[in-house]
Amino acid sequence: MPMFDDFIFRAFAAGIGLALITGPLGCFIVWRRLSYFGDTIAHSALLGVVIAYALNFNLIISVFAVSCFIALSLLFLQRKTSLPDDALLGLLAHSVLAIGLVLLGILSFIRIDLMGLLFGDILSVNVTDLMFVWIGGSIVLLVLILIWRPLFAGTVNLELAKAEGLNPDLANAIFTVLIASVIAISIKIVGILLITGLLIIPAAASRNLSSTPIQMAIISSIIGVACVVLGLQSSMIWNSPSGPTILAIALGVFILTLLPLKKLLISKKKIELNKT
Amino acid sequence: MENHLIELNNCGVTRNQKWLVRGVSLKVSQGQIVTLIGPNGSGKSTTAKMALGILKPDEGSNSIKDNIKISYVPQKISIDWSLPLRVLDFMNLIEKHKISEITDALNMTGIKHLIYRDVRNLSGGEFQRLLMSRAIVKKPNFLVLDEPVQGVDYPGEIALYKTIQEIVKNINCGILLISHNLHVVMSQTDHVICLNGHVCCSGAPKSIVKEPEYIKLFGKNIDPTLAFYQHEHDHEHLPDGSVDHSH
Repeated sequence: MPMFDDFIFRAFAAGIGLALITGPLGCFIVWRRLSYFGDTIAHSALLGVVIAYALNFNLIISVFAVSCFIALSLLFLQRKTSLPDDALLGLLAHSVLAIGLVLLGILSFIRIDLMGLLFGDILSVNVTDLMFVWIGGSIVLLVLILIWRPLFAGTVNLELAKAEGLNPDLANAIFTVLIASVIAISIKIVGILLITGLLIIPAAASRNLSSTPIQMAIISSIIGVACVVLGLQSSMIWNSPSGPTILAIALGVFILTLLPLKKLLISKKKIELNKT
Repeated sequence: MENHLIELNNCGVTRNQKWLVRGVSLKVSQGQIVTLIGPNGSGKSTTAKMALGILKPDEGSNSIKDNIKISYVPQKISIDWSLPLRVLDFMNLIEKHKISEITDALNMTGIKHLIYRDVRNLSGGEFQRLLMSRAIVKKPNFLVLDEPVQGVDYPGEIALYKTIQEIVKNINCGILLISHNLHVVMSQTDHVICLNGHVCCSGAPKSIVKEPEYIKLFGKNIDPTLAFYQHEHDHEHLPDGSVDHSH
């Protein structure tokens, strides 16, 4: 199709697809207090990128594999040591980032656009990337819907969910893989330094507007899409990097949701009623 | 194993080379109420978790009858602020129920009017009632209540105990009830087990209404939902944690 030849169309299609997935996943990250976990996986993505370049392998698959490995290592370390989770996450995040940078230094033939990697280079999205976003993203959303009940029940209370016959441990493990895949497909769009922001900020803004969990997941997706569209447009006008621009817009939306919008709407109606 | 819903056989749980609880045997059958009492840290919740199958015993065996519906009221649940959750959503947490079933279950504990309220805006007593309603909405065969009257005032406690009696009558399930009150239990209790790291003693409660000591204390208007449990210990727990059998 001719529209896929247009890099601006591809950029928008990739960004919107990503925002649709990060909405509900981000809600779970906020509910389960996993934002630092998202950061850790994202930091380790650099190692995946270096491996992909060194072996001339697909970037997204390589990052996904490394992210899954780090997530599993975390589960292993949690069982083997008594260190608190945040210490383990810090240990993994920075050591894996360091290994990635060391490898990058040793393999001097690799030329990586580090800025693009850290902050996203959405205009370089190609048709293969687009397929990963939409097909991979659809699978992620489908799996999330399938594990929603045990995952959500386990988020509210793990023992209650286990006692009443659900399997929240399995759902948690699957959820970890879902986060790894989202981070892998998001690298070109927002970059590894900022993906946690795209997961958390729309969800946090949505929390201020919603009263049920499903409502929060849907509104979070809608806010994410709006931020991507506005952010991309602004980044083209100002010639600024796409990832940071999207997140700056997201912060603006979050601040807007803090305003007592409902009260404002009600008082406006009252004024109108008084006039008539 | 005849008709028991759950059975613990000489069970024990060990953590960091210390026994949290050891040598516990108990059975709960349909329509029966078993009450576990004991001081803090005596292993009541641990025992309940073995009965629920959440915790595997390190010693002994636990068996749960196949295909029974289990409901659990944990000791405490804290709902994170980031989670928007209404009473209705909480009722549907484990499986979806018909709205009529949900209102019935909420009505039994007297909080039907709170159905669309956010869970975090409930008072301690209202939340305790919600936990109970959620546990009974699916009409379980086996119900575990871990200190269900915690944070509820005395009349509320009597009312909740009355609700538990109604539940037993209506859905005829087996109940394992945990209480920190060492001397007063529900009068409907069939069997009391006093726990302190091991089973200290067990037996049936005496009716509180007939005990002259209690009539002296509370007068004749004492509520018949409560009963008195007479401990019969043949040993003493010393402050360093050891057990003295010299009696």
